[in-house]
Amino acid sequence: MADQDGPIDVEALREQFLGKVFDEYTLTLEADRLADYAISCGETATKFTDPNDPDFQAPPTIASSFQPKKRYPEGFPTFRGLGMDAGKAVAPDKPMRAGVPIVAKTHMHDIYTKTGRSGRMVFFVNRMEFSDPDGTLLGSADTSIVIREKPQQ
Amino acid sequence: MTIQVVSDIEFGEELPAFQPDTSLDNVRRFAIAAGWNGPRFTDHEAAKKEGLPGALVPGIMSQGFLSAMIHHWAPKAEVRLVDTVFRAPCIVDQTYHINGVVTDIEEDTGEVEIDLTVTNDAGETRVFGTAKVLIPTA
Repeated sequence: MADQDGPIDVEALREQFLGKVFDEYTLTLEADRLADYAISCGETATKFTDPNDPDFQAPPTIASSFQPKKRYPEGFPTFRGLGMDAGKAVAPDKPMRAGVPIVAKTHMHDIYTKTGRSGRMVFFVNRMEFSDPDGTLLGSADTSIVIREKPQQ
Repeated sequence: MTIQVVSDIEFGEELPAFQPDTSLDNVRRFAIAAGWNGPRFTDHEAAKKEGLPGALVPGIMSQGFLSAMIHHWAPKAEVRLVDTVFRAPCIVDQTYHINGVVTDIEEDTGEVEIDLTVTNDAGETRVFGTAKVLIPTA
């Protein structure tokens, strides 16, 4: 990644990086860990807490815990400013189940700005999409990072 | 009363709030299960060395609490979206309240929208967001 001084050129970044998959790997979930995840969050239904339940599945927000191996695309610049976690959104489509391989692909889904009294903030949204080995979409998880641009000298 | 079908739900209805287990042992159990078992989530002293007020409840665990609240209220609910903003950190071993209010109901499709918050004992919102869930229509 190269350092970038000056205001962030959002349109140029959108043109260059949006929609292109920059990270892909396959993961497999373990039943006991899924049950621990659900129980610690307060789930009580056995389909989430008991690996012996015939409909045992991951709790619906599990995909938020997955992270890409690479955080940004190749060649993506670094910026002056303060980077902060701006939130997470998880959208399950179908249940994820223990022992079934899950293909995780990440692309930069959106780059946008908001301007307030303290200056401009730039939001970067990475989207991970998950599918089973047949290509059926299981869901997605968005992670938003915001950079508050430092005032220019 | 738990919700069975969408016609059981009223606009503006508050979901039964619950207090999640934010003890260090439970957060550690979650962090290990999620693969997020860094010291900032599992060790107060280590978190303080990072400049934090104490070990943090991971934001993704707050999402899990919110989803659990929805299932307590409507066991057949199918969660389709949980969109959250982590406004301020939640600290391990402190008391939090998981809250939800129904803000939209589509009787035909069973789609229900819920405003979500995680608040502390002082009434301060630490996490807020929205959920979309599907509830059986019949």
